Amino acid sequence: MDKTANLEAIVAAHSGREGPLLPILNDIQGAFGCVDEDAKRYLAGALNLSRAEVHGVVSFYHDYKSKPAKLPVLKLCRAEACQARGCDALAADIAAAAKGKCEIETVYCLGLCSVGPNAMIEQTVHARLDGPTLTKLIEAL
Amino acid sequence: MRIAISDDALALACGADAVAKAMAQAAPDADIIRVSSWGMHWLEPLVEVDGVGYGPATVDDVAAILDGSSSLNIGRIPDHPFIAKQQRLTFARAGITQPLDLEDYQATDGWLGLAKARELGPDAIIETVTESGLRGRGGAGFPAGIKWKTVADTKGPKKYIVCNADEGDSGTFADRMLMEGDPYCLIEGMAIAGLAVGADKGYIYVRSEYPHAIAKLNAAIQASADIVAPFDIEVRVGAGAYVCGEETSLLESLEGKRGEVRAKPPLPALEGLFGKPTVVNNVLTLAAVPYILANGAKAYADYGMGRSRGTMPIQLAGNLKYGGLFETAFGITLGELVNDIGGGTQSGRPVKAVQVGGPLGAYHPPGDFHLPFDYEAFTAADGLIGHGGIVVFDETADMLSQAHFAMEFCAAESCGKCTPCRLGSVRGMEVLDRIKAGGRAAADPVEILPQMHNAPKQGRSIDDELSLISDLCETMKFGSLCALGGFTPYPVMSAIEHWPEDFGARADMVKENL
Repeated sequence: MDKTANLEAIVAAHSGREGPLLPILNDIQGAFGCVDEDAKRYLAGALNLSRAEVHGVVSFYHDYKSKPAKLPVLKLCRAEACQARGCDALAADIAAAAKGKCEIETVYCLGLCSVGPNAMIEQTVHARLDGPTLTKLIEAL
Repeated sequence: MRIAISDDALALACGADAVAKAMAQAAPDADIIRVSSWGMHWLEPLVEVDGVGYGPATVDDVAAILDGSSSLNIGRIPDHPFIAKQQRLTFARAGITQPLDLEDYQATDGWLGLAKARELGPDAIIETVTESGLRGRGGAGFPAGIKWKTVADTKGPKKYIVCNADEGDSGTFADRMLMEGDPYCLIEGMAIAGLAVGADKGYIYVRSEYPHAIAKLNAAIQASADIVAPFDIEVRVGAGAYVCGEETSLLESLEGKRGEVRAKPPLPALEGLFGKPTVVNNVLTLAAVPYILANGAKAYADYGMGRSRGTMPIQLAGNLKYGGLFETAFGITLGELVNDIGGGTQSGRPVKAVQVGGPLGAYHPPGDFHLPFDYEAFTAADGLIGHGGIVVFDETADMLSQAHFAMEFCAAESCGKCTPCRLGSVRGMEVLDRIKAGGRAAADPVEILPQMHNAPKQGRSIDDELSLISDLCETMKFGSLCALGGFTPYPVMSAIEHWPEDFGARADMVKENL
């Protein structure tokens, strides 16, 4: 299936919803790893919005990327509860191991605040991390 | 043999799946079920074998757990002091039931509140919720009954129930635990709210960082659709914007727009989602409702102190020995929570600061440990209880860095609609950077320009910078549209007030400037 057909299918799947833009964008981000210019142009037409409106929404939310990630994404929590458990030192510890293996993104809270530092690799959550454990997880990617 | 292991995201992150798999291999005849989490997070993965708990378990412990010789034995779980000391109303099923099992839910008083609500009718439901004293658990503490009454009294062909499950505050996880562990309870609460105000459509807005909760909610909504019909619920997933936890921003996001905060009035109760009357309540508020309906307003209101009635699921997080979920009546002191229940810091160092109420909550020194957990008591101490999250820091914490992080977080997550929040947060970071550098000896090149009439023409001392930031915080506090810009001053100013030494300031100098 080509990209436009894919976009059409995603938009059609949400046709019955009220205010469908976010569910559609979530699906596009999930399917393509990004919401690019083509997708924005297509959505503007399909939903009868201006391209500026669609761009405004896409650029507002942290989850929507303009380009797909080249490497697996590791989301490391850097919020207060993980800071109190040493995530800043952990971030420094894994920087070298992560090079060329994964893209490290900052996330503010995964809701596992009593067992930090925490990270999410793709859709899997990991808790009680320290330098050696997380390095091992990165090397296994 | 009945073996129960949690499938809560936290247990999974700690390795529960591997333990469950090893258990199934080692004891093929055992009945292995996946339940919600008890909330004793330092013990996860917690394995319950015929009522006796073992944790934190690893794959290597499986054989010893099965023959009963494991040193991880904590005895009968409900007798554990951490559980026995709690008053669990909202989390009564935590650790006990299988989250998606309708029979389990029914057998533990499930749907009783909804049945009672159908019997009572809208006016009596609202009266019951009002009498229970239930206040919004999201942070603002607005009385739920009054909000519902406003929506019920507003005429309109279409009304909505919106559940705010955008739990972005660091140090909070009760919403996640409830959605993953007891999704039918939330569904029941929303259906009751729908009956009360005359709404037939509900939305649950969940943050994208909670994939497990989203999956459980979707499955639970499908399985219980006939029970709550004609009320219909839909899960909507956020896209990583913290500010969408603010109710009007959440409504904008639900409508498919940028999550920018709306000016109030009009209140969402009058003009909310798509301009229709809307109840926006936090997960914990709605999940408290089935108990209130089933057991009566008095049963709930008998717990608590002052104007804070009922129980609060308190989340113990950060550098604590025994972190987890502790639901108890309002009135317990901060010191009891941190020292007696939380067991002090995990690192073994003395406690330096406790942040209560998420990233927008104040940092409290051990001198505040006498404070009772109560909306009014914390407000009087220049703090807030917010969503009930407590994050403990040991003496290695640098409060200047924490204050800087508060401003940095506000700058990263500001929706950009109002100036105090959008610009104030960035200016706040700059001032704190200068304080970190020890003040600035030379004059600012922009400030010495002739058109900058009121700017100082020489460098600023730390004293000047502190006076500048307290002025800025005042502007943010009173000039911001919502709590993001409005409450960021709490962590910043509390850090300066209680730990002036971290800012290179003398205590008397700080007192003069605040």
